[in-house]
Amino acid sequence: MATTEEIRADLADIVNEVAGVDADDVQLDKSFVDDLDVDSLSMVEVVVAAEEKFGVTIPDDEVKNLKTVGDAVAYIERAQG
Amino acid sequence: MPSTRVVVTGLGTTSPVGGDVASTWQAMLAGTSGIRHLTDEWVDQLPVRIGGRVAVEPSEVLERVKARRLDRSSQFAMVAAAQAWADAGLEGSGLEPERLAVAVASGIGGVTTLLQNYDTLLEKGARRVSPLAVPMLMPNAPAANVSLTYGARAAVHAPTSACASGNEAIAMAIDMIRLGRADVVLAGGTEAAIHPLPMAAFANMMALSKTGSEEGGDPTRVSRPWDTARDGFVLGEGGAVLVLESEEHARARGATVYAEVRGAGISNDAHDIAQPDPEGRGGTRAIQMALREGDVDPATVVHVNAHATSTPKGDIAEGLMLHAVLGEHADRCVVTSTKSMTGHLLGGAGALEAVATVMALHDRVSPPTINLDEKDPEVDLDIPTSRRDLPEGDIVALNNSFGFGGANVAVAFGSV
Repeated sequence: MATTEEIRADLADIVNEVAGVDADDVQLDKSFVDDLDVDSLSMVEVVVAAEEKFGVTIPDDEVKNLKTVGDAVAYIERAQG
Repeated sequence: MPSTRVVVTGLGTTSPVGGDVASTWQAMLAGTSGIRHLTDEWVDQLPVRIGGRVAVEPSEVLERVKARRLDRSSQFAMVAAAQAWADAGLEGSGLEPERLAVAVASGIGGVTTLLQNYDTLLEKGARRVSPLAVPMLMPNAPAANVSLTYGARAAVHAPTSACASGNEAIAMAIDMIRLGRADVVLAGGTEAAIHPLPMAAFANMMALSKTGSEEGGDPTRVSRPWDTARDGFVLGEGGAVLVLESEEHARARGATVYAEVRGAGISNDAHDIAQPDPEGRGGTRAIQMALREGDVDPATVVHVNAHATSTPKGDIAEGLMLHAVLGEHADRCVVTSTKSMTGHLLGGAGALEAVATVMALHDRVSPPTINLDEKDPEVDLDIPTSRRDLPEGDIVALNNSFGFGGANVAVAFGSV
């Protein structure tokens, strides 16, 4: 089972690849929109890449609840449960 | 003569022979081929395994995150537009966004993005298709991305007429300036179609040359316009953008002027979806229109950057057009095909060749046509096999482009 930090680090790599954000800036308390400038289309790309990476499904309705990196990491952890 | 004079104040390109205008132009004058064996993993299944990849990958120039949101055709347009914008000195010039237009064309559009996403759909399912696929693959994506970057808020066009698209974009830019719809237009074309599907399709319609693809074959010798051994074109990729500007606007801001755009002509053969009219009547009319619009004396037309793609029929038809329009003056006209070096950039061709035509006028020298070992006896043109000086005085050069669907576009540029 991946640790919270492992998931955060992998997610940070995805956000870096998609949106060019420095992976070190992708910390649990950061907001995708307000802090990291990840726009809505990039967020869809991040979500799809995360689904593939972590073997989970993140429904479109759920994506709007993933405001921070921590929200996304927590969702992935639960989904992998 | 139309009242508003239009001039060229900036040039940009990324081509199979160079990553910018200076390197591309020097390579052309030196007769350097940009055609190579392709190294893509998909190439073994194809009957044609050569092409003209860009000399400098756009990933070396563009920011990674921006580049991944752009189809390769848009990447080329962005690279070329950035050069042209800087060359024209437009940064910080105070140009009103509402007076800046764009006409950047592509013949096929974002075909690589379309087909890669279709592969993803089949292999991984609908969920994996990129949410950016449509804005990346749409034919107006290169023009729209250029407009976004430079804040162009006048018209943003993406005229499409297959292999005449780039030249049609330039013709459209002239109209926009003369009709008062814009003061400055970023005009050009781009194409990124070195993908197995378009290559297989062009090969199957016998348009691409199948020569030189074998191991040990020489790809640099295959594109040979007007030569008796020509047997089809070689696919190239890349883009080019020119800054066209009203002379008044250019003068007011003290811009450097490369050449004047005298006039353009557009016609259609209405003959066949792919084959040119064997007598070149539509092309003849397009050239006549361009000269008439620019009030050009045929005696001053000393250079032509021909469409000549290295196909058996098209190359002959273009010679007939030039004789029909220029008459006795055709004998004093230096005609070349830079496709002998770059391959055929489809929707990018007219724009890259416009850059070459403008540079030829500016430097008063014609690039050679390479691989012309034995000229087809049906072609009666003066084609230099090494660089050839052009005369002093007021001179005019033509850039011709013809495309599937019967499109013919000719643009006449004049020295300044």
